[in-house]
Amino acid sequence: MHPIRRKRIITIAIIVLVLSGAIGLVLYALQQNINLFYTPTQIASGEAPKGVNIRAGGMVVKGSVKRDSNTLFVSFNVTDFKRIVHIEYHGILPDLFREGQGIVAQGKLLPNGTFLASQVLAKHDEKYMPPDVANALKQAKGNTPSKPYNDN
Amino acid sequence: MNWSWFHKLGSPKWFFQWSKKWAAPIFWLGVLGIIVGMIWGLAFAPKDYLQGNVFRIIYLHVPSAILAESCYLSLGIAGFVFLVWQMKMAPVFIKAMAPIGAVMAAIALFSGSIWGKPTWGTWWVWDARLTSVLVLFMLYMGIIAIQNTLDDRVLADKAAAVICVVGVINLPIIKYSVVWWNTLHQPATFSFTKKPDMPEVMWMPLLICVVSFYLFIAGLVVWRMQTEILRREHRASWLKKEVVSDGI
Repeated sequence: MHPIRRKRIITIAIIVLVLSGAIGLVLYALQQNINLFYTPTQIASGEAPKGVNIRAGGMVVKGSVKRDSNTLFVSFNVTDFKRIVHIEYHGILPDLFREGQGIVAQGKLLPNGTFLASQVLAKHDEKYMPPDVANALKQAKGNTPSKPYNDN
Repeated sequence: MNWSWFHKLGSPKWFFQWSKKWAAPIFWLGVLGIIVGMIWGLAFAPKDYLQGNVFRIIYLHVPSAILAESCYLSLGIAGFVFLVWQMKMAPVFIKAMAPIGAVMAAIALFSGSIWGKPTWGTWWVWDARLTSVLVLFMLYMGIIAIQNTLDDRVLADKAAAVICVVGVINLPIIKYSVVWWNTLHQPATFSFTKKPDMPEVMWMPLLICVVSFYLFIAGLVVWRMQTEILRREHRASWLKKEVVSDGI
């Protein structure tokens, strides 16, 4: 190969490697800021700050959703299958909100460990299937076909 | 295999003559495929058990998102080729491709936003996937801007090529953003290593849409490169002859 071209390739490779390294370090340092939400384990271990606006995420525990019959108040537990966080919310839930489904709630962690949400967003997983297949699976297994929430 | 036809494409003259033959069939095949794939996906594919008909926006969102990334990868390769070998056709390709990639990124962001509102409950959230795709869109905008603001064409080509190469670092970040960090966006449905998390009746029209988007854009970019060659080589005698004898 022509020496000038070889020199150009080496220069470009060095620039790209150095920049990748720099960006990689920045992303690593900002990891907690880039993560959209705190997991129940992080909240239980005290990693999440109290009294400031944060997001908490996890899977809604089956049978934990309690609605107030007169107001829009709703409370439920979310879990990452290790720890549980109790969330209270006053407002309209997204259509995809249901037990066994992943959610991300924005709000504040109260001193008693309850999470007071100002906004609840629904997560959905990467699996898609037609309704009849879902029903067949449901009947076969006796539960919903959505896979357990994993911490992505 | 004889690669001389490929090497000849590096010359504007050869490329121009080759593109006259191939741009239109590739483009129209893509258009046809998009029509078939979209109608199949939007009208005949089954709806999702959880999201209902909203899920059908996948047939626009996924192809445009894949193409936004693929177009950028091609820009990165072209930028590298230009910086190392100074091939004449590389900046022509970058100039032709950048706006197409920008439109793809914009469609991916818009369709994702429209999908997010009824499913997640929000138009936008600053999670790693959404933000890194926004950065991709900004990179496209930077490339377009630099090509149009610098009057010195050699300098503009070089500067644009540098952004193209450096911006490739963003591609693995987009791809693995849903793995490295916790995000609202779900992880990938498709991968090379496992079966798709979707039955064939759903992914078949999607596959048709993705392949057709590639063809559509390949045809479009070759056409745009023709125009750019006309602009850059307007003093060349072969081009004058070509235009006078055949038209454009």
